[in-house]
Amino acid sequence: MGERGSRRDRILSRLVQAAFLIGLLALWYLATARWGVSHLLLPNPVRVYDELKDVLASGEFVPDLRVTLSELAIAFLISSVGGVTLGYLISRSQYLIRVFEPLLAGVYSIPIILFLPLYVLFFGLGPASKIALGTTISFFPIVLNTIAGFGYVERIYLVAARAMGASDFQLFRWVLLPAALPVILTGLRMGFTVALLSILGSETIASLAGLGHKIVHLAEAMETARMFAYIAFAVAIAALLNFTVTLLEARGRR
Amino acid sequence: MMPASDAVGARDVAARTASRRRGGFARTVRRHPGIARLGAVAALFLLWEIAARYWVDPMFLSPPSRVIGSIQSVFATRGVPAALQVTFWELAVAFAMSVAIGLLVGLAVGLSRFSRHTFMPIILLLYGTPQVTILPLFILYFGIGPASKIAFGVSHGIFPIIVTIVAGVQNIKPILLVSARSMGANRWQIFRWVIFPHMIPSFFAGMRLGMTGVLLGVLLAELYVSTAGIGYFTTLFTQNFDPTKLLGLISVLAAMAIVLNEIVRRAEVHFGRWRAE
Repeated sequence: MGERGSRRDRILSRLVQAAFLIGLLALWYLATARWGVSHLLLPNPVRVYDELKDVLASGEFVPDLRVTLSELAIAFLISSVGGVTLGYLISRSQYLIRVFEPLLAGVYSIPIILFLPLYVLFFGLGPASKIALGTTISFFPIVLNTIAGFGYVERIYLVAARAMGASDFQLFRWVLLPAALPVILTGLRMGFTVALLSILGSETIASLAGLGHKIVHLAEAMETARMFAYIAFAVAIAALLNFTVTLLEARGRR
Repeated sequence: MMPASDAVGARDVAARTASRRRGGFARTVRRHPGIARLGAVAALFLLWEIAARYWVDPMFLSPPSRVIGSIQSVFATRGVPAALQVTFWELAVAFAMSVAIGLLVGLAVGLSRFSRHTFMPIILLLYGTPQVTILPLFILYFGIGPASKIAFGVSHGIFPIIVTIVAGVQNIKPILLVSARSMGANRWQIFRWVIFPHMIPSFFAGMRLGMTGVLLGVLLAELYVSTAGIGYFTTLFTQNFDPTKLLGLISVLAAMAIVLNEIVRRAEVHFGRWRAE
């Protein structure tokens, strides 16, 4: 395919994407305005937009957002400190890696969301149970990636650095850390993403406050338009956070 | 050869002399990390047992010995076997639907360059959104029965499958396609003999990721609906402060998840092998 052909293709595919999204919006509008789909099931997009403006202007979202973000921050702090520390300690010996890595990977393959009822029993409906779940879920990708990062540094680099007389700290600072950092950062990003998901999820299932709780509350009150507005808001917040973390990861890799 | 060989060597010698004295047990453990792993698991369960017996209020935690003994009584609770069975069917149906739809969409999107460039960004956008936020909508549209759980499971399982299928189709070396065409293969023959065999490993990798997604989606929806199914019983056991039954029920569900994951993982190892050879 020639250069001109591929450029025309690119423009065409942008057009198709735009048409797809506009078509979806148009279908949504027509379904509610013309074809009489109940507004309890599908609110009019214009009304959702008005509600979203109202939510943003009134600042009603602030308490819930604060709860969700503080849960996320605490959970991520605990799991990243704990995960990186434990991962580093395990990675110091090939034997420990062989003992613990399959164990951690095995637990990670269980859907950890199953722990939520237990955590609700232990910690109640408040933020503590969400923090516990977010910590548990994000701990595993972080610890596994830390082990992978530190544990599989090419032996030859370590031997060469030692032969050139590097101290323990120098070995860590100039050989181990640069080699392991990209893998660890990926683990931290994955951990952050799943922590956010699990905290929103556990707020949806059983909670007293937070964005997930707000959405469920509005659903139960049948205020569908406002619920859609909050869903859009939560999705935007999640996208913003994930985008920031991906950016930080890319920057840290350099 | 081990690194920092002096220190390790010294430790090895020490371990060896020690093991000779203790009938070779330490050496066996050093040779087989699996034994140490079993030991770690056993220590964890022991800790749990002791904590539950002596330290923690029995309203919140019960020892594993009692949990294992209680699994029978969990199954004897009216409605639990039915709920577990329904959950299993939801998982199976959601997984089958995710694979079928994901395969079709993945091929439709992946097989042409144009559709790949056009629709992949949309799919990745949808894949990246936190679907838990629309869980209440699924219940609103599909009710509290199995339909909503299957739909939510599919919404989690389908995207990893599409993405891996597209990646698998995309990663075929162009030279293979060109040479097949130059030898006079038609579109169907190229699909059957070049694309299809190359797709198999990524297809099974996608199935494994899809299973993880389906488990997450179905279990999330099951836990969310507290008036029926698994969610009803977890809520009931939590409100009754009955950790024994709660842990029993969760263990059964975890076992179900492990078995399903393991089946898909085995299939991946088995069918993904030919390319490595």
